[in-house]
Amino acid sequence: MKELRLMKGNEAIAEAAIRAGVDGYFGYPITPQSEVLEYLMLEKPEERTGMVVLQAESEVAAINMVYGGAGAGKMVMTSSSSPGISLKQEGITYIAGAELPCLILNVVRGGPGLGTIQPAQSDYFQSVKGGGHGDYKLIVLAPASVQEMYDFVELSFDLAFKYRNPALILSDGAIGQMMEKVEIGEQKKRLTDAEVKERCPWATTGKDANRERNIITSLDLDPNKQELFNHKLQDKYKEIEEKEVRFEEIQTEDAEYLFVAYGTSSRICQKSVQLARAKGLKVGLLRPITLFPFPSKRLAELSKQVKGILSVEMSAGQMIEDIKLAVNCNVPVEHFGRMGGIIPSPGEVVEALEQKF
Amino acid sequence: MAKVKGSIVVDIEKCKGCEVCVPACPTDVIQLAEEVNGKGYHYAYMANPDACIGCANCAIVCPDGVITVYKKKVDK
Amino acid sequence: MAENITNKDIVKEENLVYKKTDLLTDKALSYCPGCGHGTAHRLVMEVVEELEAQDKTVGIAPVGCSVLAYEFMDIDMQQAAHGRAPALATAIKRLYPEKYVFTYQGDGDLAAIGTAETIHACNRGENITIIFVNNGIYGMTGGQMAPTTLPGMRSSTSPYGREVASMGNPLKITELVAQLPGTYYVTRQAVHTPAAVRKAKKAIKKAFENQKLNKGLSFIEIVSNCNSGWKMTPNQANQWMVDNMFPFYELGDIKVPEE
Repeated sequence: MKELRLMKGNEAIAEAAIRAGVDGYFGYPITPQSEVLEYLMLEKPEERTGMVVLQAESEVAAINMVYGGAGAGKMVMTSSSSPGISLKQEGITYIAGAELPCLILNVVRGGPGLGTIQPAQSDYFQSVKGGGHGDYKLIVLAPASVQEMYDFVELSFDLAFKYRNPALILSDGAIGQMMEKVEIGEQKKRLTDAEVKERCPWATTGKDANRERNIITSLDLDPNKQELFNHKLQDKYKEIEEKEVRFEEIQTEDAEYLFVAYGTSSRICQKSVQLARAKGLKVGLLRPITLFPFPSKRLAELSKQVKGILSVEMSAGQMIEDIKLAVNCNVPVEHFGRMGGIIPSPGEVVEALEQKF
Repeated sequence: MAKVKGSIVVDIEKCKGCEVCVPACPTDVIQLAEEVNGKGYHYAYMANPDACIGCANCAIVCPDGVITVYKKKVDK
Repeated sequence: MAENITNKDIVKEENLVYKKTDLLTDKALSYCPGCGHGTAHRLVMEVVEELEAQDKTVGIAPVGCSVLAYEFMDIDMQQAAHGRAPALATAIKRLYPEKYVFTYQGDGDLAAIGTAETIHACNRGENITIIFVNNGIYGMTGGQMAPTTLPGMRSSTSPYGREVASMGNPLKITELVAQLPGTYYVTRQAVHTPAAVRKAKKAIKKAFENQKLNKGLSFIEIVSNCNSGWKMTPNQANQWMVDNMFPFYELGDIKVPEE
């Protein structure tokens, strides 16, 4: 029988990590995501599955612990919120540069700076355009429910290991803190060290006689090799763009206008679609589930059908740039958003639609 | 009376001529060569091979690990 | 007659006394002539060889001159971001408690940018070995002032000598970490003479053996030279180190486990 629980988004992530057979979690407290670490400490995953859970001395240390564990082939993750994610960027670019799989959760709060502890979506650029230095991309998943917080843990690791690339769950303070019904999956066994060796022949598991030593590094001082490596990365990102785009459409079949929104904003927009349709406006919603890769192709198709697109984000307008690139001026694209920790109301979104088009 | 006689082999192309081995030698066997290796370093060599006792001090302090040491007991 | 013995007679496999360990790769070291890093690398690899632990050891290279340590040590290694090696080592050791895990770090890496990672790994008593090579300078970036640069010592960013009043004091981080309950064995060694090298190797071996015994963190500082950065010949630099570094960074055990 399916096991259902009422959980916070942050707790769902933590439970999902234990059940997915994650080997290590390294974190540092910051609101609004501290429940991840708290839940894990309370659950004693070292007894449940042997999972290592450690409160690091900083976000910097935590992400570098993830770097170490990922290099050794283990399923490792960290979580934080915006200011802490900024600190992690150093480690994230090393992990991307060393082509390692791992999971990073960002329960976004308003910024810039210390900002606010209320939910926001203003870390979009940081998440999908790289975030740290160098040409790299993360696989970015945007959950819109507590169930998706749970489900995306395993999905993120599957993608991360498939492409040897860090994955990021871009959530926000609302989804992290809200409680919803969650369907809990089976407990998966953690891989044995022998299975890790088989899954990750590149990992630092100890050099035995029948292979060359494994080196985890992002450094190559030879510019020709470094350029080749960058091409390899770009090819990988292209493959991810071709194969891993995920999105959801709501009432787009006959839509004349389109909302594009992810995460909390997409939940608001579902209601806005209803309100607009009650007024006789044929509006649909496209919810990107992967932010990188972005559902550009589908947006390009829809841009031939609709008269206008409204990007609804809890930011000054970041995702709108990717929408504009996708639709290539086929159709007007406008932004509506609230900032500083405010979630827009469904009515506000419809008003914005009416004003802008 | 048994006596020990030593010898060293220097990996000439890897020697950087740092000279750290020279004062480490208790019997003043080693000097830097007049000639240079492929990288332009005056490499270490046994200027006084008969004095080598095979103590390995030179190899132990050699940062580049270019010295291999041998020794043999000989009857006098 | 001994005089009849030629080098050819001596240089035979059965007469071998000492050769570079096979756990160092054949790649020429990237270090300057006379740099102590090479010797320190060799000692670590000799210890791993003696413990027959090539397949059980993971090393962490830092940022700095020894960033390419993985090119020379024939073991699995990871290259850390500047100062973060103890964080990587923490995770690897906790995920693989049976493995030997060590970091190899310079003074800028360990005692400046990585201070937090160093102190907290020590304080948690991570069951790892930290090899800390202190040459009082940032070697790789061209000889800038390090946290360990001596008062009055010249560097490219203290060209008139380190002025303590404005540039701060050199940091004896080894004495500092010795105060923490998580460190089990803390010692300061050197590799400039055969006797020093032998002692340093013993210390490194002890540190690795401590891991097997689950004793907590062993911290080995190796006071070393930087003849390029100090602008001296290697032997002059070693002498300068004896005359100037050793009085400030005294060699010897700082924290020895009670037997």
